[in-house]
Amino acid sequence: MAGLHKSEIANPVLNWIDTRLPVITMMQKEYGVFPTPKNFNYFWNFGALAMVNLLIMIATGIFLAMNYQPNTQLAFASVQHIMRDVNYGWLLRYVHQNGASMFFIVTYVHIFRGLYYGSYKAPRELLWMLGVVILLLMMATAFMGYVLPWGQMSYWGATVITNLFSAFPWIGPKIVTLLWGGFSVDNPTLNRFFALHYLLPFVLVGVIFLHIAALHIVGSNNPLGIDVKSPQDTLPFHPYYTVKDSVGICVYLMVFAAFVFFFPNALGDPNNFIPANPLQTPADIVPEWYFLPFYAILRSVPNKLLGVCMMFGSILVLFVLPWLDTSPVRSARFRPLYRKFVWLLVIAFVTLGWCGMNKPEGIFVILSRIGALYYFAHFLVILPLLGKLERPLPLPESISKPVIGRGGGPLPASAAAKPMEKA
Amino acid sequence: MSKLRSLIAGAFAAGLLATAAMVPAAHAQEEQLPHENWSFNNLFGTYDLAAAQRGFQVYSQICSNCHSMQMLHYRDLAGIGLSPEQIKAVAAAVTVPQGVDDQGNPKEGPATPADEFRSPFPNPQAARAANGGALPPDLSLIVNAREGHANYVYGILTGFTNPPAGFKMQDGMHYNKMFPGHQIAMPQPLQDGSVDYTDGTPNNLAQEAHDVVTFLAWASNPELTERKQMGVRVILFLMVMTGLTYAVKRKVWADVEH
Repeated sequence: MAGLHKSEIANPVLNWIDTRLPVITMMQKEYGVFPTPKNFNYFWNFGALAMVNLLIMIATGIFLAMNYQPNTQLAFASVQHIMRDVNYGWLLRYVHQNGASMFFIVTYVHIFRGLYYGSYKAPRELLWMLGVVILLLMMATAFMGYVLPWGQMSYWGATVITNLFSAFPWIGPKIVTLLWGGFSVDNPTLNRFFALHYLLPFVLVGVIFLHIAALHIVGSNNPLGIDVKSPQDTLPFHPYYTVKDSVGICVYLMVFAAFVFFFPNALGDPNNFIPANPLQTPADIVPEWYFLPFYAILRSVPNKLLGVCMMFGSILVLFVLPWLDTSPVRSARFRPLYRKFVWLLVIAFVTLGWCGMNKPEGIFVILSRIGALYYFAHFLVILPLLGKLERPLPLPESISKPVIGRGGGPLPASAAAKPMEKA
Repeated sequence: MSKLRSLIAGAFAAGLLATAAMVPAAHAQEEQLPHENWSFNNLFGTYDLAAAQRGFQVYSQICSNCHSMQMLHYRDLAGIGLSPEQIKAVAAAVTVPQGVDDQGNPKEGPATPADEFRSPFPNPQAARAANGGALPPDLSLIVNAREGHANYVYGILTGFTNPPAGFKMQDGMHYNKMFPGHQIAMPQPLQDGSVDYTDGTPNNLAQEAHDVVTFLAWASNPELTERKQMGVRVILFLMVMTGLTYAVKRKVWADVEH
């Protein structure tokens, strides 16, 4: 009997299960009493929101797959069949389509939270790197999902993006042929993209499990970026953060619903309502909005191979971010210079997105070059130097005594707290 | 360091200003899209069913001679307010291919509500051959598939004029002020009096175009009315839910000093 778990659950049936497989004890430990810093702001909602979003995508996606035909002759019409004939098919489809955009909004905010509050720093490097893997998987999944409706932008987007791999010498064309399953984007491409689009979300679930497991080993960062020092600094996850996350989920669902029910095609491209036609190239081939900053980086370089390397590099650089940032202070609240640079990074990212939307002519070439230059300089030059040049503000003693930390000055706690956090 | 920062900030500001100045200039040469007052446009707007039914008449009598609507079935017409009997009558008046008979020969017969809208041409090649090499696009999704949506389609239908002096037209093309490049293969499809309305609505070009675009907008987004109605209920529910959840959150956190 050595292996049996000593369960403290009162209910005899649950106790019987928990003795043999202590999942209830585990949930109680990881999501019930789990000690969580008590000073989270609403930025800390976005991990939970991303999780909810993934579940919505999987749930709607499974039902869409029941009615979708991954065949170049049938795909476009089968999506219209879902929109017109399947009971609430339009709802499933619009939730799934706009869910992709919501997923990226939520994830980009989540990443910004990590950048701003230094969540990538020791001991959370691996947690952060798993997050970058999740981002890459998300991008691959979203890209392949966008191909499935087999509209003009699906087809030409797939052609352009897969062709990028041909820039790599020797191996490039082989990769492209492998991706296409032939010598052009065609039925085999659609088939394998559908299979992978169904597979990758479950890989995502696995990596997210590791992401959360790593989080629960090292514990959450917090807006002050200082370590938890005593039990006074923490609260049990339930009910404090279950209820706070629930508020966030409700607001998130409202934004989501506004898109789905009132502006379902606001983020889409009219060209994707035209069936794919290999003989007719659309005037502008534009990726979905969430790829635009990376697309602009790609186009900011006149050399194809270099552009492709910069585009992939813009994400890969995030893997080594924990070692590029040399400052021992996590939160931007106590880093007066970093705080400005991290907002500059946001401006550069948004500017790149705006450039990606427009033809690479005139001012947009210059803007996208400045944006791309800043993006890389931020990570490769500014962050390594900043840790040495910057004088951080004094850190508060602990999370439960944050008075000096709030604004960096001797303000009374009530005046310095953000209204959101006083609630 | 601060010099570098102000330089970067300055470059961004300059770029933004320059772009703001250039963007309208680039668009100025293009013809402005008309801004029709569409029944389905605003947050709670739904289709003007009378206009959509008149639009279906315009489509059936004029557009359907060249343009297919393959995503639609006759039964879908319930969405613009036709009764089952009316739909049966509309379908029965159309002859559609019905597979093959016992000898393997192609068969034709009157359509039923379950049939797809009849296509004017059996295949794209036949459509091109009959239209001077140009392929009339399927209209099932035309309002969604064009930048500018309903206003653009309306603009095309009402945008036929004589070419300006000195404008070189290709053979068999027609001048349209809204069409990109201004040369369109389609001859002007609607004029004043192209159809006779039975409900006394004036049958001028603007009215016909308005009606058929309403019909085409419905065809592109037949779920719009149901979607918006459900949206109102969902948003109202979520507002109440958010309020309640926030109240619970305040109560739970009331005794926490943070």
